[in-house]
Amino acid sequence: MDVVNQLQRQFLDYSASLHREGFLDDQFTQLQKLQDENSPDFVVEVASLFFEDCEKLINNMARALEQQGVDFKQVDASVHQLKGSSSSIGAMRVKNVCIAFRSFCEAQNREGCLRCLQQVTHEYSLLKNKLQTLFRLEQQILAAGGSVPAIE
Amino acid sequence: MGMAADSEFHVLAVDDSIIDRKLIERLLKTSSYQVTTVDSGSKALEFLGLHEDDRIHQNTPSVSPNNHQWRLQEVEVNLVITDYCMPGMTGYDLLKKIKESSSLKNIPVVIMSSENVPSRISRCLEEGAEEFFLKPVRLSDLSKLRPHLLKTKSKDHCKEQVDEKPAFPSPKQEGKEEQQQSKNNKRKAMEEGVSPERTRPRPNGITSMV
Repeated sequence: MDVVNQLQRQFLDYSASLHREGFLDDQFTQLQKLQDENSPDFVVEVASLFFEDCEKLINNMARALEQQGVDFKQVDASVHQLKGSSSSIGAMRVKNVCIAFRSFCEAQNREGCLRCLQQVTHEYSLLKNKLQTLFRLEQQILAAGGSVPAIE
Repeated sequence: MGMAADSEFHVLAVDDSIIDRKLIERLLKTSSYQVTTVDSGSKALEFLGLHEDDRIHQNTPSVSPNNHQWRLQEVEVNLVITDYCMPGMTGYDLLKKIKESSSLKNIPVVIMSSENVPSRISRCLEEGAEEFFLKPVRLSDLSKLRPHLLKTKSKDHCKEQVDEKPAFPSPKQEGKEEQQQSKNNKRKAMEEGVSPERTRPRPNGITSMV
């Protein structure tokens, strides 16, 4: 099963790079460990929920920051939620931007907030692409008759 | 007597975040608990059969030793695990309402929070929360739930704590001493403390698995 081995190695290498580059942290590994026969699509489902949530929250933040009188508490509430979600899924870079973002909210610094909004949007779309690649690799392994290696 | 299978335990999980609800549900199911998730404190109270005026809506006798079991068997809840930061009713508010209710006060409550704020943790523990978990919650955190659940199962067979109406209405009073004793052992998030089950008396006939 050379094809399977190759794909599995690709998967492991890609996964390792995502961790190394800080896109994912150990919490993502924890999610993968929770996936089993009873819940075979758990990680993909959580990721989908996360992307939906991200988009909604980013839109909320953008709208709030567009206002004449910015309600920084409202922006902060959205950032807090995003920080929570990204932490729960292991999206480390997104989470780290949220941490900085909250400081700017507290300081009521609109420019700083807008910069963070840009950053968080960027990190989110990067992560989305990378996870889609990762999930695609998983599907290819399964389609080739192999099993997805467990990450340790 | 004997070991209660974990699937006998029904946990009510409360969190406004859909991602965290999905996560806690998976963690609890993996640990073999039955799970119901709701997205707010008020929905949690509804599910527990409590209305705002603190009365349960079914007809029950005025004095019953285990009236929390009395409500529909199929919605018996053995533990509530709730997020702290929620819009409207916070996890702390929910905890208070549960502990102030004569029908619900014996249900163990666990608080989860993404923020490690010592004063918040103390407040929750003092109000009667059994545990305080920092998010993201892990499987290893959930293993701490079993002692609290086993305690409530055995309590139903023991006469030590009778849930009839107290002569002097102070629902927190009877729990206070027990809480004082084990307060020091509960501060997990702040310092790595000794887990409570080491100091609480073990009921007879229950094998403990660590």
